Parts: sequence; structure tokens; C-alpha cells
Amino acid sequence: MRSVVEMTGVVKRFGAVTALDGLDFEVAAGEVHGFLGPNGSGKSTTLRLLLGLLRSDAGSIRVLGLDPWRDVASLHRRLAYVPGDVALWPNLTGGEVIELLGRLQGGQDRARRDRLLELFELDPTKKARTYSKGNRQKVALVAALATDAELFLLDEPTSGLDPLMEDAFRGCVRELRAQGRTVVLSSHILSEAEALSDRVSIIRSGRVVETGPLEQLRHLTRTSVTADVAAVPPGLDLLPGVHDVVITNHRVNAQVDPAGLTLLMQALTTAGLKSLTSHPPTLEDLFLRHYGEIPAGVPAAAVGSSPGRATGPAPGGRRAGDA
Amino acid sequence: MPETLAGTGVLIRLGLRRDRWLLPLWIVGFALIAYSTALAGTELYPDVASRVEAATALNATASMVALFGRIYDPTSIGALSLIKYTAFMTAILAVLMVILAIRHTRSDEESGRLELLGGGRLGRDAPLASALTISLGANVVLGLLSAAALAAGGLPAAGSLAFGLGWAATGMAFSAVAGLAAQLTASARAATGLSIGVIAVTYALRAVGDLAEPGPSVLSWLSPIGWNQQIRAFAGDRWWVLVLPVSLCLVLVPAAFALRARRDLGAGLRAERPGPAVGSLSGVWDLAVRLQYRVLLAWAVAFLVFGVVIGSLVSNVAELLSSPNAQDLIRMLGGRQALTDAFLAAEISIMGLLAAAYGVSSAGHLRSEEAAGHTEALLGTATTRIRWASSHFAFALAGVALLLLLAGVSIGVGAAVGVNDAALVGSSTVAAVAQIPAAWVVTSAVLAVFGWAPRLAGAVWGLLLVFVALGEFGVLWNAPDWVMDLSPFRHSPMLPVGSGSVPELAGLTVAAAVLAVLGYAGWRRRDLAA
Ligand SMILES: Nc1ncnc2c1ncn2[C@@H]1O[C@H](COP(=O)(O)OP(=O)(O)O)[C@@H](O)[C@H]1O
Ligand SMILES: [Mg+2]
Repeated sequence: MRSVVEMTGVVKRFGAVTALDGLDFEVAAGEVHGFLGPNGSGKSTTLRLLLGLLRSDAGSIRVLGLDPWRDVASLHRRLAYVPGDVALWPNLTGGEVIELLGRLQGGQDRARRDRLLELFELDPTKKARTYSKGNRQKVALVAALATDAELFLLDEPTSGLDPLMEDAFRGCVRELRAQGRTVVLSSHILSEAEALSDRVSIIRSGRVVETGPLEQLRHLTRTSVTADVAAVPPGLDLLPGVHDVVITNHRVNAQVDPAGLTLLMQALTTAGLKSLTSHPPTLEDLFLRHYGEIPAGVPAAAVGSSPGRATGPAPGGRRAGDA
Repeated sequence: MPETLAGTGVLIRLGLRRDRWLLPLWIVGFALIAYSTALAGTELYPDVASRVEAATALNATASMVALFGRIYDPTSIGALSLIKYTAFMTAILAVLMVILAIRHTRSDEESGRLELLGGGRLGRDAPLASALTISLGANVVLGLLSAAALAAGGLPAAGSLAFGLGWAATGMAFSAVAGLAAQLTASARAATGLSIGVIAVTYALRAVGDLAEPGPSVLSWLSPIGWNQQIRAFAGDRWWVLVLPVSLCLVLVPAAFALRARRDLGAGLRAERPGPAVGSLSGVWDLAVRLQYRVLLAWAVAFLVFGVVIGSLVSNVAELLSSPNAQDLIRMLGGRQALTDAFLAAEISIMGLLAAAYGVSSAGHLRSEEAAGHTEALLGTATTRIRWASSHFAFALAGVALLLLLAGVSIGVGAAVGVNDAALVGSSTVAAVAQIPAAWVVTSAVLAVFGWAPRLAGAVWGLLLVFVALGEFGVLWNAPDWVMDLSPFRHSPMLPVGSGSVPELAGLTVAAAVLAVLGYAGWRRRDLAA
């Protein structure tokens, strides 16, 4: 498996702030790689380093076998970038910006561009000033996706897009993967990366703390279940795959592995289920459970040290620092 | 408080916080200039006779009257000392006030900041109301502080107050103009352009009006800058004239609010026309031209008109000194030709400073484009840093050269027609072109600062002001020679330009090149900064 992006021990400081603190990050050719982390964890900084927009303080960076700081022009001809904050010239139309970026990139596929404009329902004759955030995002996406790049670096590409457009975007990414291109996709929303990525890397405070294929990171993705029952059955916390059980009066709160769902549901239904809500795990849940970080607003009592709490590295997944 | 004004207080506080450096700097700057001018005046003209002599000479010089206005009491030290400040400095104040008002209305609207705030109960009229309130406060404080500074500098208290209030009222009138323009246009750039156009027209109106004999014609009374001169501070203190700018505000401000009520956030009164779906921009150079050519065009027209006007004034200078004594003086100085040359040289060096100001604003695109986040998208493509920076820098250099060439030709043509001497076209063109290297040095300084300390890129404006001040007051301040020599304009050759100037011009060109190389080197190695 050829590596398209290789970063080892990368440090980036902004004055007193250490944005990246010994970051190791690796993306294989032909994969869609989800780059996940909460706000301020260093995703944009990482991508900017990969583009040579920033200069690292330590560590080594190779992108498509090149040094992004030195080989700017030859590297950039082979990749496409969508910045996290898309800022456009207010007096240019969306179409002009797309054309300009395409030409600077060294050529766009006209037919593909027109198809993308239609897909994203973007009117290219409007001045950028009149575009909403979502529409500015679409301009950058169309400009990038219409190129023939080998590597796509997309910084929170779906921010500002409505669900319909998110769907369209997912279709585009799948198409890219089918063509054998490599996509790096940063996000702070777990479910989004889950829907698209072959592998994900999770970044936290400037370090990659977890990386691997999604199936191997399944232990990270537990569903949160809240149920009201007539009478709480005993031994819920002993069921395999059921974790962090908290019981208040007739309400049960638990985090469940996919494998534990059936057992828990059986137990709850026999206990007289009155209401049930469940939601997919969020990145915050994951950090809370996996790294013992308590986001503001969550009472410490709700965390506890339940038996199911993961403590060690999971099989298959690699914890940063193990290497 | 009406619903539409909800949140005005919050916006005022936010605005004051954003401008906590800018506003005090402007205000103290104006007060300091007033103070130092008042001091200098009393030193330069210690007795009435010297004042009358200077004032009479100024009033008799058409170019001075057109540029600065008349002195209405030749015995008044205040009127004489502040001759450059009633119109010229007032126009600069007006420009600053326009920038301030647009910054807090249209620019915020464009960047989406207002939308961000608008979610949390912000009334429709709050941005305009807060911008005008901040402007009012700034104008009043600036006016009163300047009045106090003038009085502290030794000028009569009543005149000082009249002068300060004149600045406050005129500044506010242009804040109101900008507030209105912000509602008429669809972008901050267009609103600023429109307002500055109004300033230019009112300045020109009073220039023509002031030239009429014996006193100002009705044209001067059509101009808010003309009104400020007609207050005649230190020369009669006509307080009632202050009613005019105040009334103008009372008309413009309600009009601006009325227009605001009739348009959507982010839109102008005129709907936006759709543009090209593909466009023809094929590279960063095209983009730089697209972003910059309109402004250069406006400067070029202004340079042409201004050049012809001040060039033609040369005939007044020649006729002015027709008394026998003056004729002797002229012979002593080297004849009529020498006098014409000295006058043209002074005009051309002003054009050199103005062209440098253009260079600073044009090269300023480097930083403003980077700060706006536009550069990130461009550098994400195969465009190199050097190539991108060169596009705006080269445009700035070319613009400076073009403007000075135009200035030379137009001044020359104006002068040639005025005194019937075709040779002046050639000599003033050469003299103006000889100003290019000095203006390039200042332009390159922008690139140098951009390369190493991007957040300080605006400081080159301060540097240019220092050079202007050194040229204007350096001798008066007894500044040491090495300080004076820091200004590139001191090394620009004066008309008539001979071959002896080649080493100095080469030196300035090399200095500009060194600054540029330095700037590129810094830009190549630094992080992209937001
Ligand atoms: N230009 C900069 N100057 C100073 N600090 C910065 C700069 N860019 C990023 N940071 C800091 O680096 C950290 C990582 O930021 P970023 O990479 O933007 O995070 P993310 O994209 O994951 O939200 C944050 O703490 C941020 O404040
Ligand atoms: Mg980011």
C-alpha cells in the first residue's frame, strides 16, 4: 500500500500556542481518509502544512512523495484543496472564480464542471457577494472536484451545506474513490466521516490518537440509548456490549456496542418499555468515554467508572505513541 | 427605543472596541498637527507686517488659493498658520470619516459579521445608528481636542473653538454622506468610492469658487468644504455658518434611514445584475488587474485633471510678480524661466507624493487579499507565492509609473498652453518621470513589511506621512540632515532634470529593488497569516 501522505513527529507552534505536538499521520493511495477532531484540535493546521501554506517547526512531511514546502508548484498541480473558510472576491461571479481556480490548477474538465454546477444547484452568474456560506462552499467544491487531481484535501467540506447537498457531495466522493483517487476529509462530526471513510484518524490537541479502518474502530462507535421502563430489570450492566449504565428511577441510560443492542433491547422489552430514544455516538461521546475527557456541562456523576469503560488500545486500532 | 434600533448600544461598544487604536490615533494625530502648526506659526510670523506680507502673497497666488483657499484677514496669525488646514486637511478628515462609517456598515454587512450578530435580536437600523453615533463622538472629540490644542499653541480661544467646531461639523457631514452612500450601493468598495467622489467634487467646487474675484463665488457655498472655510476662524469667526453642515446632517441622516428601510441586508437599492457564468480570468495577473484597474483609472483621471489645472496656474505665477521690485528679484533668481521651473518643480514633487500614496494603497492588496483569506484559495492551486505576490506588486509599480507619466504630461500641457512655451511639456514630463524611483521605494517598502511583518503592513502609511512631514516641516523642526535624508523624496531630482541626476535615480531604483527582494525573501519563508 503506497502512502500518499506521510507525516511523522510534526510540530507546529504559533507563538506560545502549540497547534501540532508531534503529529503522525498517514494516508494510503486510493482511500478516503476521515480526519476527525473537535474544533481547535489542529485539523486545518495539518492540512495547511500539507499544502506548504505553513512551515513546520519539526518533523517530516511528504505528500505524493514530494516536500510540500519546496516543491509547491509540481505538488499542487497534482492535488486539489478546499479551505475550511471559503472566502471569495465579492465582485467576481461564482463562475469566474471556478474558472480562475481551475486554470491556475492547470485545467478543469468542462463537462464535469457543468455537471457539478447542476448537481449542486449553483447559479454561477451570481456575484460572490450575494452567496450564502453554503453557496461559497459549493463554489470551492466545484472548482476542486472538477480538476483531475490525484489527491483531494477537503477541510470540513460539508459545513454550510444542507442535507440534500451533503448527499450530493457524498456521491461525488464515492465517485472519486471509484476512480482510484485519494481523498482526505476533515470533520468534527463522527457520523459524517463514518459514512464516507475507508479509514479514519482521530486528532486531539495536536496529536493523532487513533487511526485505522472503521470496522476496527467500531469499539469507539457506541450507540447511546435512553429508555423509560415500567420496572428496571437487574443486571443490565452485566450484559455483554452494554456499558456506562446509569439508572435514575425508571429511566435507563447506556452506551451500547452494535453487538450488545439485541440483548439490551430484549431485556428492556420484557421489562415493559414505555419510551425509547437512541442516537449515534458523537465525537464528544467518544472523547468522553475513551479519553476520560469531560466536556463542559456533563455532570461528573454521569460518567462514573462503569465496568465497560475502555481502558487499553483496541485490537486492530493503533494508539498514537504505540509505534 | 424602537424595535429597529435594538442592539445599537451593543454595536457601539463593539465598534469602539474594534477601533480602540485607530480612533485615538486619528484624533490625537489631528490635535498634534494643529498644535504644532499653531506653535510654528507664531514662530514664523512674529509681527503683523510679516503676516500681511505672507498672506497677501498667498492670496495673490492662484494655485495656492485653488489648493488651500483664501486668507480673509491678512493680519490674523491663526488664519495664516492654518491656511492648509481649513480645506486640505478637512478633506483628509472627511476621507477618514468615510472610511470609519463604511467600515461599520457596509463592510460588516459584506463580511457577514452583521448577519452573525443579526441572529441575536439586532434591529435593522442598529448598524447605521451605531456607525453614525461612533462617528459623531469621534468628530466632536476630535474637534474639541483640536480646538484646545490650537489654544494651547497660543492662538485666540474663540477662533480655536470656531476652527475645531468647523472640523467636527464638516467631518460629521461627510460621515452622513457615507451613511447615505452605504445604502445606495451594493458593496463597501462602491460606497467608499462614491463618498470619496463627493469629497473630490466638493473640493473642486470650492477651488473654482475661491478663485473668483474678489471673494468666494456661489460655487464655494455649494461645498461643505467651502462652508468650513467660510466659517473664517481667526478672521471674523462666523459662527452662523456652522448651521449649514449641521442642517446637511439633519437632511442626510433621516434620508439614509429611510433608504435602509427600503432595501434588504446585503443588497443595494439597485439590484445586482448577473455576471458571466465562466469569465475570462486566466491567471493571477488577470485577477490583480480585475481587482485594481477601476481604482487606477479613477486616480489616472484625477491626475490628468489636477495636472492640467495646476500646470495652467503657472501663468498666474509669472504675472504675479510684475512689480519692478519683483522683476529685480526674478532676475536675481535666474529669470522668469527659473521661477516657472521652481513652481512646476513644487507641483511635480506633490504629484510624486500622491503617486507614492497610490503605490502604498495598491501594494496594500497583498495584505488585504491575504487577510481576507483569498490568497489561501489561490496558493492551494499550482500558483507559487512569488507569482501571486508579483501580480499585485507589479501592478502597483506600473500604476505609480503611469500616474507620474500622466502627471508630467498634463502639467506640461497645462503650463505650455498657459505661457505659450511648448518646451515645458518635455521638461515637466522628464521631471515627473524622475519622481518614479522615489515613489517606487515607498511602494517596495509595502512588500518588505508584508514579507516580514504582515500585520504591520498598514504602517507604511505612517512612514509615508513621516516623509511628507519631513518635507513639509523638516527644516522648521531643525531635523538633522541624516533624518531628512531618510526620505527618498529628498533624493529625487528637481526640475530641470539634468544628466547629473542619474546616480541619484539609480540609487533610488536600487533601494527599491533591495526592499522588494527583501520582501520576497520574507514572504517565501513565512506562514500564511490570517
Ligand atoms: N495562525 C494562527 N495563529 C495562532 N494560532 C493558531 C493559528 N492557526 C491555528 N491556531 C491555533 O492552533 C490550534 C489548531 O487550530 P486549527 O488547526 O484551526 O484547528 P481545527 O481546524 O481542528 O479546528 C488552535 O488552538 C488555534 O487557535
Ligand atoms: Mg478548522
